[in-house]
Amino acid sequence: MLETSAADGVLALGWLLVAVPLASAVVLLVGGRRTDPIGHILGTLAPLVSFVIGVVMFVALLGREEAERGAGQRLFTWIDVGGFSVDMGVRFDQLSALFVLLITGVGSLIHIYSIGYMAHDPNRRRFFAFLNLFVAAMLTLVLADDYLVLFLGWEGVGLASYLLIGFWQERWSAAVAAKKAFVVNRVGDLGMALGVMLMFATFGTSSFAGVAAGMPATSDLVATVLGLLLLLAAAGKSAQVPLQSWLLDAMEGPTPVSALIHAATMVTAGVYLVVRSGYVYAQSEIASTAVVIVGLVTLLVGATIGCAKDDIKKVLAGSTMSQIGYMMLAAGLGPAGYAFAIFHLLTHGFFKANMFLGAGSVMHAMDDDVDMRHYGALSRAMPVTFATFAMGYLAIIGFPGFSGFWSKDRIIEAAFADNIVVGLGALLGAGITAFYMTRLMLMTFFSQRRWEDGVKPHESPLSMTGPLVVLAALSVVGGVLILGGWIVDWLEPLTGPEPEHAFGFPAWLMTVAVTVVVIAGVGVAWALFGARPVERVPRARVSPVTRAARRDLYGDALNETVFMRPGQRLTRSLVQVDDRGIDGSVTGLAALVSGTSGQARRTQTGYVRSYALAMLAGALLVVLSLLAVTLT
Amino acid sequence: MNDATALLTLSALLFTIGAVGVLVRRNAIVVFMCVELMLNATNLAFVTFARVNGNLDGQIAAFFVMVVAAAEVVVGLSIIVAIFRTRRSASVDDASLLKY
Amino acid sequence: MILFWVLAPVMVLAALGMVAARKAVHSALLLAVVMISLAMMYAGLEAPFLFAVQIIVYTGAILMLFLFVLMLVGVDASDSVVETIRGQRVLAAGLGVLFGATVVLGVAQTSVGVVQGLAAAAPEGNVVGVAQLIFGRYVLAFEITSALLITAALGAMVLAHRERLTPKDTQRDLAEQRMRSWSEHGTALTPAPTPGVYARHNAVDTPALLPDGTPAMSTVSRSLQARGTVRSATGREVARTTWQLTGDEGVAGRHATGAPTGEYDVPPTSQSVATSGDGGDA
Repeated sequence: MLETSAADGVLALGWLLVAVPLASAVVLLVGGRRTDPIGHILGTLAPLVSFVIGVVMFVALLGREEAERGAGQRLFTWIDVGGFSVDMGVRFDQLSALFVLLITGVGSLIHIYSIGYMAHDPNRRRFFAFLNLFVAAMLTLVLADDYLVLFLGWEGVGLASYLLIGFWQERWSAAVAAKKAFVVNRVGDLGMALGVMLMFATFGTSSFAGVAAGMPATSDLVATVLGLLLLLAAAGKSAQVPLQSWLLDAMEGPTPVSALIHAATMVTAGVYLVVRSGYVYAQSEIASTAVVIVGLVTLLVGATIGCAKDDIKKVLAGSTMSQIGYMMLAAGLGPAGYAFAIFHLLTHGFFKANMFLGAGSVMHAMDDDVDMRHYGALSRAMPVTFATFAMGYLAIIGFPGFSGFWSKDRIIEAAFADNIVVGLGALLGAGITAFYMTRLMLMTFFSQRRWEDGVKPHESPLSMTGPLVVLAALSVVGGVLILGGWIVDWLEPLTGPEPEHAFGFPAWLMTVAVTVVVIAGVGVAWALFGARPVERVPRARVSPVTRAARRDLYGDALNETVFMRPGQRLTRSLVQVDDRGIDGSVTGLAALVSGTSGQARRTQTGYVRSYALAMLAGALLVVLSLLAVTLT
Repeated sequence: MNDATALLTLSALLFTIGAVGVLVRRNAIVVFMCVELMLNATNLAFVTFARVNGNLDGQIAAFFVMVVAAAEVVVGLSIIVAIFRTRRSASVDDASLLKY
Repeated sequence: MILFWVLAPVMVLAALGMVAARKAVHSALLLAVVMISLAMMYAGLEAPFLFAVQIIVYTGAILMLFLFVLMLVGVDASDSVVETIRGQRVLAAGLGVLFGATVVLGVAQTSVGVVQGLAAAAPEGNVVGVAQLIFGRYVLAFEITSALLITAALGAMVLAHRERLTPKDTQRDLAEQRMRSWSEHGTALTPAPTPGVYARHNAVDTPALLPDGTPAMSTVSRSLQARGTVRSATGREVARTTWQLTGDEGVAGRHATGAPTGEYDVPPTSQSVATSGDGGDA
């Protein structure tokens, strides 16, 4: 499953992929203000260079035999303690290659876009440094050949996301959002850390190859626990239920950061982990079912939240949760879904980056207003943004021919093949997706104009529209990867052969059904937001579902009631115990000693005659004892 | 005069009277006199025992006690004078600053 | 034995009196009684050397030192009867009785055996025997006592020494001080007159006479004034003295008429030198 062949030729350059953006980040951070003028250029060049290297390496990989495509390279021994040794290595195989291309490719576009978007920010150089750090961490994550090295990248991603979400740290809400993202991610990281420890305990190694080789021989219990721990880690990083709450708040960061987190880097890490650890889930029915359930629930929760939000970025964030839910669901299906999960991840990376950057362009035009109820009829003012956004829109709802159509359809098919309930949930999710995305489109680009008089919507500069056009094109044609089942065949050595579907009905019927559901979703949205005017102020009297969705389905409230408040109560009572009990006994003892000695020192009157009296008493005692000794 | 017990009893009585005097009197000079009385009482015991044991060592001891007492009186009285000079009082109770 | 029964009650009573006496001088004298009695007892106890030492050192030196210090500190300083430390007297009495009873009973219970006497120990006499021991077996201790005595002498000197904190006033300082007090308080620049100046007698109880013949009471010791034993000089006596000295009755008469005439006793003490002097010049 995880054969490794020597990485020679250009494939030996794998370490450069990480080193270049990392070096750029270090230069920009250490160089300080002196590097301000070159900050954005260097910061953009670094991922571009990585992308070029990635493409060259990918081509080299294509030229290899299928059996030799797992190019592994050992760089140095990272940790070597007794019987425990971790090598710092680079594994550039089929899965990593796709991720590298996605991360560096989409990442580069986002960097280019950021040049224009952050043009007026005084800290642009620092922003690019953080972006490079983010890319480097994510590349470390996907190029690792060992879970501990992966964990290094994993934490690096968490750090970089913290820095970027809180980039506008002078804003209280941004600082809080960054902290929240960091803390929630810690919960997931706990799962990762425990998983790695369990690997050490069980297999004595944490390398992919070692774990994969030892997996078939382990008990089901260990496999299940390991699978659930890795799922917890994936849920934290990929914002899956129950650790989804940070993603919506993460919109406090600059829009390119949102695009980077949602499309190319952070949230895909969870899916990557699950797919990469396929040999674990193959061992445990419970764990893989858990993955499916988490994916399904998240897909519906995210979609529901997306329906109720008026903040354009939060709608897209809900959408991301939902789409990642699709991927997790597919990943949970095992070999039947791994390839489609990765495929959807790639297409989603294209169209979601496209739409986030488009949303950033809209916000740029609307003076950083994010409320869709203040938009409307922007299609004429921003033709390029509108056109590219529409491509993304069509892709995400699964309009036939667009990339999303191919990827999402296959997931829904696989879901139906697995379980009818899961399939129906996925189908419903597609309908809701169509609804809220249509709602977004209508409220933003169509219907009547609702913006203030002072606002003058305008098209964004070329540095921003350029990446949009490229990403729009990718959104349209991303589906070519499935042409002739290429991506399935490409990943097959890693994911195992796709089992034969046992459909009770022909595949085209499936496509028709999905299309019908999507059209229904679009129609409902049109009826509600296209056919009649949109209020500028959201209605207060709405259904309980809407109210719940506006509050993120009470995710934060749940966290507060279940974890935060009992925790606070616990710490407060511990403080009480500390103050009253422990400190009290210590200070009480001290007070007792000082009080007693304070009383005892009163005997030191300073009167010589009192002392002489005591001496006489002592002499009396001596005489008495002498007599007692001699006279007996 | 061979009744050593009577002499020793006298010595004990004088010693006790001196001790009580030290405890009761407040004039530093009188206290000092009481101390001298106690020393004399012990000297009497020394001399008595010397005679009882037919040994001159007891008399030597009494002699040394006298020498030491002389030195002690010199120093003690000059301390009393020094204290009196600063505090205008010879009461042992007044010099009670070294306390809690 | 007779010596003992005579001396012992004296000693005990004197000791009790010493503790009980209110005045320190009485205590010292009673202590002398105890010490001399003790010396006599030494003589009876075959210790003539100690008899001499007791008389010389204790009664002669130490006790005299006590009396000397008593003189310095104040002879009349007597203890107040009130006990300041609570329970001290009762406790002291209780403990003292207990201690005395214990020791006396202990001595009574002990058999000291046969009294051997010192004839065998000092065949050549007590003094020679003691000397042989002091300069023989105990010579080291004896030499060390010399160090002790020197140390005690040094200590006494150090303790009695008063450190001068300010430099001693020079003649110039004194003169300036006098001028300053004259200018600020009007005190006389010249030395105050001694008693008996211009008076008929030069005894200390006779005030000096001012130029107008009035007596200057400030020349007489204040304690003499308080006793009322000051003599007075009359105006006539002054005039006669003046005549005897100068032979010029006119001057004396003019002086006499300017001053209040006739016999008068001691003038009010408030009358100061300066005012009478002014009155005389007018």
